Amino acid sequence: MTAMRRAIDTTIIVIAVVLIWQGLARWVGDTALPGPAPTFSYMTHFVPSARFAENAAATATAFALALLLAYGLGLAIGVWMGAQRLSGEVGEPILITLYSLPKITLYPVILLIFGLTLSGKVVFGAIHGILPVALLTMAAIRNIPLVYLKSARTLRLSPWQAIWNVLLPATIPEVLAGLRIGFTVTLLGVLLAEMFASKDGLGFLIINAMTLLQTKEMITIAVVLFSFAAVANAILLWIEHRLHRRV
Amino acid sequence: MTRAGWIRLLVIVAMIGALELACRLNFIDHRVMIPPSQMATALITMLASGQLNDDIVRTLGVIAIAVALSVVFGFALGLIIHALPRLRAALDPFFATYYAVPVFIFYPVMIAIFGLSLVPIVLMGVATAIVAMIIATLNGLDRIPRVLTKVARVHRMGRLATALQLQLPAAAPYLFTGVKLSVSYAFIAVIAAEFILAPAGLGRDIANAYADFNNRRMYALMLLVLLIATVVNAGLHAWDLRWAKRRGARPS
Amino acid sequence: MHGDVHAQFAGVTRVYPGAGGHAPVHALGPINVDLHKGEFFAVVGPSGCGKSTFLEVLAGLQQPTVGTVTFEGRAVAGEVPDGVGVVFQEDASFPWLTVWGNAAFGLQRQGTAPAEVRRRVDDALAFMGLKDFAKAYPSQLSGGMRQRVCIARTLVLQPRLILLDEPFGALDAQTRLLMGDEVLKLWRTTGATVLLITHALDEAAMLADRVGAMSARPGRFIEIIETHWPRDRDSTIVAEPTFGEITGRLWERLRGESLKALGHSGQPPAAALAAE
Ligand SMILES: Nc1ncnc2c1ncn2[C@@H]1O[C@H](COP(=O)(O)OP(=O)(O)O)[C@@H](O)[C@H]1O
Ligand SMILES: [Mg+2]
Repeated sequence: MTAMRRAIDTTIIVIAVVLIWQGLARWVGDTALPGPAPTFSYMTHFVPSARFAENAAATATAFALALLLAYGLGLAIGVWMGAQRLSGEVGEPILITLYSLPKITLYPVILLIFGLTLSGKVVFGAIHGILPVALLTMAAIRNIPLVYLKSARTLRLSPWQAIWNVLLPATIPEVLAGLRIGFTVTLLGVLLAEMFASKDGLGFLIINAMTLLQTKEMITIAVVLFSFAAVANAILLWIEHRLHRRV
Repeated sequence: MTRAGWIRLLVIVAMIGALELACRLNFIDHRVMIPPSQMATALITMLASGQLNDDIVRTLGVIAIAVALSVVFGFALGLIIHALPRLRAALDPFFATYYAVPVFIFYPVMIAIFGLSLVPIVLMGVATAIVAMIIATLNGLDRIPRVLTKVARVHRMGRLATALQLQLPAAAPYLFTGVKLSVSYAFIAVIAAEFILAPAGLGRDIANAYADFNNRRMYALMLLVLLIATVVNAGLHAWDLRWAKRRGARPS
Repeated sequence: MHGDVHAQFAGVTRVYPGAGGHAPVHALGPINVDLHKGEFFAVVGPSGCGKSTFLEVLAGLQQPTVGTVTFEGRAVAGEVPDGVGVVFQEDASFPWLTVWGNAAFGLQRQGTAPAEVRRRVDDALAFMGLKDFAKAYPSQLSGGMRQRVCIARTLVLQPRLILLDEPFGALDAQTRLLMGDEVLKLWRTTGATVLLITHALDEAAMLADRVGAMSARPGRFIEIIETHWPRDRDSTIVAEPTFGEITGRLWERLRGESLKALGHSGQPPAAALAAE
């Protein structure tokens, strides 16, 4: 019942946002900001088009590779810093500092090294994602209650059994939170790279549309990316909550 | 300083030294990167000449405006949302998703609406920072111990005195965390916005220097931006830690 | 030894109105009791029986649903009367102020002259054994020390009636005995009337002149036991045979009530189990 009411309230807010959009469109004019209806009708043509598909595929490729790199390196660094106390203490403030820096300033360096290639986008996206994954993995390992390790020993588990049956389940919810945040910021990194300098991708397309004053296309791309990120985040959150309940 | 602190310093110095050496020995092409020492000297000359003053003032000013707007309105919105539990429940899914979606992708739309001026940049800064302040405010208000309202009545305090002398100080550490995040987020958003497209500003300077193949200028500016961001973030972080330590982690 | 009536409950009942579809909760009463000037009165009872409600009604923090509460001859109505100090069950020390700042809070609000504030706060801190911690923040102190800070904050206002709601609930048994000594000292030196709420029978039996044993909800006094302790007592009286008698008597009255509070029907646990 309350869940029902909450769903209704949330829907009301979505409707309110669409109405504000409509009002704003009226106010600033259709060329600066097209209203919801024209945008959605444009969306139905544009999203199935080949141009959208090609650029979405370019972004997806870069994003997938960047994510793979961010997850691999992030987990490795996190495990190392979590298991080795000293390296964790040395590295944590460095990672935290890097995390809150405007990393966009570093993109020209990557461009100078890689040029306008796929690798540039991938590396820049991965730089964003590695940090939260590493930080949260490290925290997860450090936060394992000591009593779990003692229990594993009193139960005479072999190291592999201890890792599989105790350490992994104890750390997984927090590690997953790191992977979720890593997902978000890696996507942002790839899009920023495409917006600044790129030959393809949705970020490139949106800047291209801006210079051509194609506002409908800009908003369409923004909405598509928004929806993708929101849905992915919801799924990852849902998995996280389920695991939390179990542990 | 702790042992880890010394090692950290050593690691950082060693890394900068290695970079210096690699550049000097041409392991790294000078068209890709210049030695850190040259970045620093270039930055010092540029700062001394005063040519960067306008852009520094402009960028930091925009960030300050964005932070001020985010903190004031974020706090006010937090108060309102906290007072309306039903609205809060309805907004919860949006707060949970907000930092998961690339809000920045709306920057070009803002430019289309407001033109290429300071307005879209400030708006991007606010859009990125304000929700952190709202969430921090809600969190702080949630954590005001209920017994404080009873204490207030024992001391016969009015609504305003209770709010200013008991509730605000009780929530203050959480509010400060909100301010800290707002600064950090606004910084990132404003620099990124300038980078992508802006009439002027430090971010734009870097992008221009890149386009002009002016590596000395580009790396000097990069160093400046990263130094400012690091110092500001580290200062706020240290303050936050001191506060948290004084207040302790209290069971409520 | 009965002095003048200092505070009075006359037919007091407290019912929490049901909110949001919940049924109303009859938490307290009817209660008829007089607190005498300068006496140490303790209330014991199972958890959830209405002890805090009793205290808050007397403090003016809650309105009685039926009946009246008077303090120094005047009806308590919707406001904490002057001369009443309260120490709450929860830790209510202000983490943003030092121990000294906490103790000075009430006086500074009243606009007392700084020299006078300093004198009274220093006295109160010395009295509560907090002198060396004046510059510390509550987070640097143990739970027991924080409650002392709250007591000091009340003490500086020189209350004539001190209400203590399970102030030592979270402390270990030995520390509680020692804190009991402090409260006795406080009571003797200030000459105030003290109402102590507790769930610990031994604490009530050791500290109070009179102990009210409260029934399971709705809280009512089943019996009020006089202890006849001398005024200059301390925690060593726990070794006296009378102490055992009083505690035994209290448990006899409260055992059934405590079982009720646990959800049993008042039978001994074995019988309750067998009946299932
Ligand atoms: N605000 C309230 N609304 C409804 N019921 C309450 C409220 N406060 C307390 N109660 C109920 O009244 C009873 C007495 O509470 P309280 O006086 O706090 O008990 P005690 O201090 O003896 O543990 C409890 O059963 C409690 O659940
Ligand atoms: Mg209570």
